[in-house]
Amino acid sequence: MSDSISEKPNRAEEVSGDLDQFCIAGHTFQSRLILGSGKYDSFEVMRESFEVAETQCVTIAVRREKLHDSSGRNILDFVDPSRLVLLPNTAGCYDAETAVRCAKMGREILRGLENPGADWVKLEVLGDSRSLLPDPIELLKATEVLVKEGFQVLCYSSDDPIVARRLKDAGATSVMPAGSPIGSGLGVINRNSLQIILEDLKHGDPDYPVIIDAGVGTASDVAVAMELGFDAVLLNTAVARAEDPIRMAEAMKHGVKAGRLAYQSGRIPMSRYASASSPEVGVISKRQH
Amino acid sequence: MIDVTINGKKQSCGEGLTIAELLDSLGMNSRAIAVEINQQIQPRDTHCQVEVNDGDILEIVTLVGGG
Repeated sequence: MSDSISEKPNRAEEVSGDLDQFCIAGHTFQSRLILGSGKYDSFEVMRESFEVAETQCVTIAVRREKLHDSSGRNILDFVDPSRLVLLPNTAGCYDAETAVRCAKMGREILRGLENPGADWVKLEVLGDSRSLLPDPIELLKATEVLVKEGFQVLCYSSDDPIVARRLKDAGATSVMPAGSPIGSGLGVINRNSLQIILEDLKHGDPDYPVIIDAGVGTASDVAVAMELGFDAVLLNTAVARAEDPIRMAEAMKHGVKAGRLAYQSGRIPMSRYASASSPEVGVISKRQH
Repeated sequence: MIDVTINGKKQSCGEGLTIAELLDSLGMNSRAIAVEINQQIQPRDTHCQVEVNDGDILEIVTLVGGG
């Protein structure tokens, strides 16, 4: 065994600098930061956070229209569907059947808005409300149905490599494993499983988009995810509930860029022992070792 | 009058109303909503033809902030 405790990651063969972009369902993104639109104190802070983050894709939820709405303000008045891809989610669904219905409702609303994300869905099928972790069996069922119905299915998944592979095999446009539970701020917990997922899903298919979704708390978590080789990071709470969401949005933008550049640069292997940075010949000390 | 359930709440409405007419009577902005009747999505271009029937269960949804 060598002292090395980490293999060099499989980095992208081609590094294209400013033109570094990635693709979901034929749509090209320059920004690798996807933001959620929930939990902001106001629509104004949300909009400003999106602008500062330079995000190009934003998730939204489908909910019952209030029968007697006092404010009359809709989120669509604060996001520009011509500039942002709106990605409707199925948050709050606990079985495949409800998630499929929810996805169809989101598509129906977005179809009227000429948004590239109209046929897209961030598919969440949850197991319980405490962990908000996915129910993999219902998730797979819903994926199969929605793929048949012509959706581009972006699956919020657990960090289980076998589940991730099954979702891709079922036709998921992207698999999006959680770094840690939604809104937990625990960051990237299971690097090893996530690396297996990346290796597996990108094997022979390097452009297949794999996105880390949920759990990040701060910019360093985002950088870690990007250093592992994820194509993008999807987050919400870490920005929306930060003391200063707009400043955190900027931090996240830099975290994504830093992590991406580091991934492309090919990090040094980790070693248990030191490796001197200064020449070992010509030292004036007489002491050895 | 007929009885329908809209977003989980029982209500009465006029007989023979189309979805579009019902939405008008509820004062709902039709731009950013989707309608489901008895768990079947009702595409926007059918709202002027499809009538709401006694006992129908409707879901009328919109977009909100979410992650």
